[in-house]
Amino acid sequence: MRLDRRAAMATLLADRGHDLLVVPGLGSTTWDLAALGDNDRDFYMWGAMGGAAMIGLGLALAQPKRRVAVITGDGEMLMGLGSLATIGIQRPPNLAVIVFDNGVYGETGMQPSHTQSGADLVGVAKACGIATSLNIEDEAGLVDLAGRLKGLREILFARVAIEASEPPRVLPVRDGAALKQRFRAAVGVKA
Amino acid sequence: MNAPAIADWPDRLFETLKRADIAQVGYVPDAGHSRLIECCRADPQIHDVVLTTEEEGVALAAGAWLGGARAALLMQSSGVGNCINMLSLMRTCRFPILMFITMRGEWEEFNPWQVPMGSIVEPVLKLCETQVYRVREASEVEGLAARAASQAFGDERIVAVLLSQQLIGKKVWTK
Repeated sequence: MRLDRRAAMATLLADRGHDLLVVPGLGSTTWDLAALGDNDRDFYMWGAMGGAAMIGLGLALAQPKRRVAVITGDGEMLMGLGSLATIGIQRPPNLAVIVFDNGVYGETGMQPSHTQSGADLVGVAKACGIATSLNIEDEAGLVDLAGRLKGLREILFARVAIEASEPPRVLPVRDGAALKQRFRAAVGVKA
Repeated sequence: MNAPAIADWPDRLFETLKRADIAQVGYVPDAGHSRLIECCRADPQIHDVVLTTEEEGVALAAGAWLGGARAALLMQSSGVGNCINMLSLMRTCRFPILMFITMRGEWEEFNPWQVPMGSIVEPVLKLCETQVYRVREASEVEGLAARAASQAFGDERIVAVLLSQQLIGKKVWTK
């Protein structure tokens, strides 16, 4: 079974709390996040493919009292697969890396990704030392994941099986410097 | 003899990083940076982050700055090539990053495979809007590193300090 991506994002971030910072990946996960409404605590990504998980790591280490959720796609994660090995060493307790896996590169015309042919992201994350690596394939699993995200106390990886759909794009602010400045202001960093 | 004082430039570079409030240090293991990496690993105030590829360290530095922390990235000249696309993130968003790059392929280099990337490090970084400093002598390390740090984080810029191969010394191939 595969879940609807917009509904999955809404379930994960329902009642998200003030301390949750979200780093989506380039492409659909950024549009999914923007569809929930513009938020200063989201760092929307229009580029830097393969970098979302590492941005999340740097942020989680810098802000140990806040929770950080990287929510990216399978193609974006595959480009930075080594970062799972890097994160598996650091294991900050306030970081969750969640991959919306639809098995295709949606932004470029739905070409099949490696996960469709057997690349197992949950297996990779586990093998890299992230003990809690979950495979979410239904609504109950998603609700469980949302609960774990809310009470995040240890490094977490989750692959969420989503449908290869293309909901209407919701485009957030494109000015990277502005996104950075308002994010830093929102977490209380002095300019 | 002042040889020991000169050879301790990595220790003085480490002290400079501490004074600059560097809280995260990303690195790909490198012989030229081995002493500095040791110092970072031994310091409980610094998150030492061993990377699988240098571009991970660029994204790490962006995340650190989003959260109000300063990050440095240590690599060898060959690693610069791996960073190019990810440096777009820093340029677009004006994220600061302070890079220390040990040079290969430019002096007494035994391995010709190091030359193609080593020889283009400076122009490639400059194309990426990087402020580039070159250190040739141990006595210059501390001053240039401090200046590089204040420029990177004060102006939110990409700044690289190239550590010449003469400074690092020749790689010994046979023992």
